[in-house]
Amino acid sequence: MVLSPVIAVFLTMIVGGMMFAILGKPPLEAIKVIFWDPLFNDQFASYSRPQLLVKAGPLILIAIGLSIGFKAGIWNIGAEGQYIMGAICGAGAGLALYPSESFLIFPAMALAGGLGGWAWAMVPAVLKTRFGTNEILVSLMLTYVAQSILISVSSGLLRNPEGMGFPGSRNFKQWDAAFNAELIANTGLHWGVVAALIAVIGAYMLMSRHIMGFNIRLTGEAPRAARFAGVKPARVVFFCLGIAGLLAGAAGLFEVSGPAGQLTGSFNAGYGFTAIIVAFLGRLHPVGILLAGLLMALTYIGGELAQLMLNLPGAAIQLFQGMMLFFLLAADVFTNFRLRFGKKGVA
Amino acid sequence: MNDVLLGLEGLTKAYPGVVANDDVSFDIREGEIHALLGENGAGKSTLVKMIYGLVKPDSGTMTLRGAAFEPAEPRAARAAGVAMVFQHFSLFDALSVAENVALGMENPPKPRDLARQIREVSETYGLPLDPGRTVGTLSAGERQRVEIIRCLLQDPKLLIMDEPTSVLTPQEVEILFETLRKLASEGTAILYISHKLEEIRSLCDHATILRLGKKVATCTPAEASARELAEMMVGASFETPQKAARQLGEVMLDVRGLSLPAPGAFGTPLREISFQVRAGEILGLGGVAGNGQDELLAALSGERLSGADVIRLRDRPIGNMGPTERRALGVLSGPEERLGHAAAPDMSLIENAVLTGAGRMGLLSGGFINWPKSKGFAEDVIRTFDVRTPGSGTAARALSGGNLQKFVIGREVLQSPEVLIVNQPTWGVDAAAAAAIRQALLNLAANGAALVVISQDLDELMEVSDRFGALNEGRLSDLRPVDGLTVEEIGLMMGGAHDMEVAHVDA
Repeated sequence: MVLSPVIAVFLTMIVGGMMFAILGKPPLEAIKVIFWDPLFNDQFASYSRPQLLVKAGPLILIAIGLSIGFKAGIWNIGAEGQYIMGAICGAGAGLALYPSESFLIFPAMALAGGLGGWAWAMVPAVLKTRFGTNEILVSLMLTYVAQSILISVSSGLLRNPEGMGFPGSRNFKQWDAAFNAELIANTGLHWGVVAALIAVIGAYMLMSRHIMGFNIRLTGEAPRAARFAGVKPARVVFFCLGIAGLLAGAAGLFEVSGPAGQLTGSFNAGYGFTAIIVAFLGRLHPVGILLAGLLMALTYIGGELAQLMLNLPGAAIQLFQGMMLFFLLAADVFTNFRLRFGKKGVA
Repeated sequence: MNDVLLGLEGLTKAYPGVVANDDVSFDIREGEIHALLGENGAGKSTLVKMIYGLVKPDSGTMTLRGAAFEPAEPRAARAAGVAMVFQHFSLFDALSVAENVALGMENPPKPRDLARQIREVSETYGLPLDPGRTVGTLSAGERQRVEIIRCLLQDPKLLIMDEPTSVLTPQEVEILFETLRKLASEGTAILYISHKLEEIRSLCDHATILRLGKKVATCTPAEASARELAEMMVGASFETPQKAARQLGEVMLDVRGLSLPAPGAFGTPLREISFQVRAGEILGLGGVAGNGQDELLAALSGERLSGADVIRLRDRPIGNMGPTERRALGVLSGPEERLGHAAAPDMSLIENAVLTGAGRMGLLSGGFINWPKSKGFAEDVIRTFDVRTPGSGTAARALSGGNLQKFVIGREVLQSPEVLIVNQPTWGVDAAAAAAIRQALLNLAANGAALVVISQDLDELMEVSDRFGALNEGRLSDLRPVDGLTVEEIGLMMGGAHDMEVAHVDA
């Protein structure tokens, strides 16, 4: 169980290296640029090291929410949409109060962001419990709806009136009360990272000590036993999708009001999808997700560095990240099953 | 007729930490019905799996008609003439009888020929079966016939049957026995595994008794009493459950006109079920499996809701309450399916203790689980009911069926229920442990609880219950006092022999 993520990372390095070689790049150099340079290169580390927390924060926050649902067998694939809606609602709540300098602005935005993500996740929850629809499809397709709404509001409703006609909202970096600034300079630590750490601890307590977490695990492991125990399936669906939406929405708000700075049509960077990989790479365990989030953030930063220094195409980096999930699933299959060659199965 | 068909010589199989079979030797003769007896974990299934090619022995040899017999896989065993009917059927509900039979064959004939062969075999052996029917619509007894016919079509020399009668009415058992006797008279040897000692006494020619992996005795079952057989299995004498004289109290559980639609395509609807159980009383409900037992348990446990007034506890309507609320009021239950329903397979025994004990045993404080206290409760159950497990942290899946059964029943009994509903409480449990479970149920009643025991084991129902009723297609028969009830009457209450005619066997 603990070993297969390690094997997966190792295999990704080997096969990824082969891919880089085929692309005509030095494989060992590329691996070093991705995994080592962001943290320890004299030239870049001072810039890229804080980026680690900036990227890992939202990944961990979203993945924690997803992992709770995955434990119960509720496959919320639409965290990206919940993340976008959180950003829109949180930013919108803040911008409605512009230019107030009240210290309550930022907490209000965080709350609105979380609620926005939560509300977006309630759509598949209601449809699933009322009409038995598949939450995978509904949550995924709502991501594309959210994407369209984002494009619409960033060039319409929430566009910066002083932006000279350019799409995009006001920049929160120029509005102290609403800016999600670094808490300690040059560490990348902002409120979203703090929230992610709280979420890790909270999820750990929930899943290992609280009866709700117990019921969630029970639902995933043995649905009939869960009903026998008295777990109401609909409640689990609402809780799991709700918490995932809440955390993804909050992550969206922390991102838009901090590192991204403003709402634009392309502000979302696929965190909601990458978080699925993070959740599985971390074995759906809070501490595992913490580590997996940091690792995945590293490949993001290292990947950008590799694009810059070695001219690796961006798609190759995404492929590299995807391989990690692929090899993890493969490693899991091979720990549970064995391949047999040359023999036909018995009917 | 008395030539040795299958000879076992010094068979030994060890698993990490346990020797499942230790130097087991015995012979099965052609045309004999040979019983294999033993407690849970005595090594019966390992032995049978070795004969059927599912498990390779560590040492020892087998001979079939004098020739070495080392099946590497079930296919080889089948080719050599060994067939097996498993305790749990491996049939596809959505396919027809003929299609299911064809799936189990190496070289299935054309569908039309196969249907004809199925009809022939079923006529010859008194096992009427329509090859075109969908298996999902068959009763458990009829499904067993599909499995038997599948074996008979391969013209086996040795037929292994694992607990075949647990799903049959008394009349169906009688017909199965006629079939087996006819097969034996034609020279087929039968290796018969069962916990039901009376059946073995009436059916089998020889018995081999295993205890802790070793062969401890052989005997002629007809010459030993059921009690002697049981004591040979256990290796010690044990207490037969005692029904103490009980005072019946007020009406605890009152069910009036309970009707529920079938839960799925192959479920059974409940139709107008009404009964009352008093404090101190045990109501035994018999019936062939699949006649509404699971559905009734789900309705009583709260997994499926009905109108509030349909089910009453001490005159308080509870029909619309879920399992948690009912448990809080003292209505506890133990479903038949241990893995996946009564217990979560991959969770530890501690977690499985929390599964139903959370509220009543005070294992929660402010929604948080008190793990040390939960562990204490789980270990209480393990100790009181002699559950054999390495520890309370072991996953439920790792326990043998009988031991897990002791755990899930013990878990409910130790919560001192006011009303307890159990389905198949001793399914797959050995004689001594079954006696302990029945005694625990009787003690609960003696302490003033009202019990509903659903079971397909009529001996069990006769032993524990005060009144008896039978479920048939989701209807409940009239309830009658157990004293003075005959097996024939019970069989009729259960709906007779389900479209079977004894006359066929005479052919």
